[in-house]
Amino acid sequence: MDDLAQFLAMGGYAAYVWPAFGTTFLVVIGLAVASWRRLKSAEARLALLEHSRPARRARPRTAA
Amino acid sequence: MMLTRLANPTRFMRLADRLLPWLAAATVLAFAAGLVWGLGFAPPDYQQGDTVRIMFVHVPAAWLAMFGYSFMAVASFVALVWKHPLADVAAKAAAPLGAGFCLIALITGSLWGEPMWGTWWVWDARLTSMLVLFFLYVGYIALWSAIDEPERAARAAAILALVGAVNVPIVKFSVDWWSTLHQPASVIRMDGPTIDASILWPLAINALAFQLYFVTVLLWRMKAELIGRRIRALTLGIAAREA
Repeated sequence: MDDLAQFLAMGGYAAYVWPAFGTTFLVVIGLAVASWRRLKSAEARLALLEHSRPARRARPRTAA
Repeated sequence: MMLTRLANPTRFMRLADRLLPWLAAATVLAFAAGLVWGLGFAPPDYQQGDTVRIMFVHVPAAWLAMFGYSFMAVASFVALVWKHPLADVAAKAAAPLGAGFCLIALITGSLWGEPMWGTWWVWDARLTSMLVLFFLYVGYIALWSAIDEPERAARAAAILALVGAVNVPIVKFSVDWWSTLHQPASVIRMDGPTIDASILWPLAINALAFQLYFVTVLLWRMKAELIGRRIRALTLGIAAREA
């Protein structure tokens, strides 16, 4: 147990080191998740649109 | 030339799809290695003790903040001058990443400054110019959404990226030009790094992790942007046909 406590104490500077790493990974993971979800929703919307489009072209051409 | 070959979005998308799995895996590995090495094995500094570990996130974030804006300025120049279709997509995709890293650099720097300098913030040339860089990022992102018509928004944002780019060398050389509380460069210097290998190596691994992360998420954001444009084109096409 002592090793872990000693590691977490960061030589008495835990109050600065851990928030620094915490902020970094909060921003890094947050940006990655937001960007990934943005991409997935765009792909889904595109698939939806392209799925509905060909049906329109399949209609027989009526004599204009 | 590579740039023109990549101008075709579908070719870019195919290349991005081939690279992304490797980039994502390399990013995770580099972050894991950098984190374990930096937090667990790198020695504490004889003066700064364990707070020196904050360097492993503060310095790469600051480098990426400056790289991000330089990347946006070059992409904006290419977009304005050669009308390269992907250039403003790249610049727009890079902005939130650069802003995020700039914020990390400011916050981790402040968390490092309090124990070591005895202050969270000081209007020092380096800290102030980095704060200005952050506002430039936010301004760039806001400009895109402030102007409805994509064409004009792209032009305005590109001009802001180019004008703001003058701030990047100011941030870099502020520690040499003015007498600053922030110490001068210790790695990217004319006479080579002044940091011991035991700390320089974990710093390099973390810098690599941040850079790989930047490219990976940039490609995600560029793909989303290109798909967004295709969706807009399709919906406009449908609306035109129905009208």
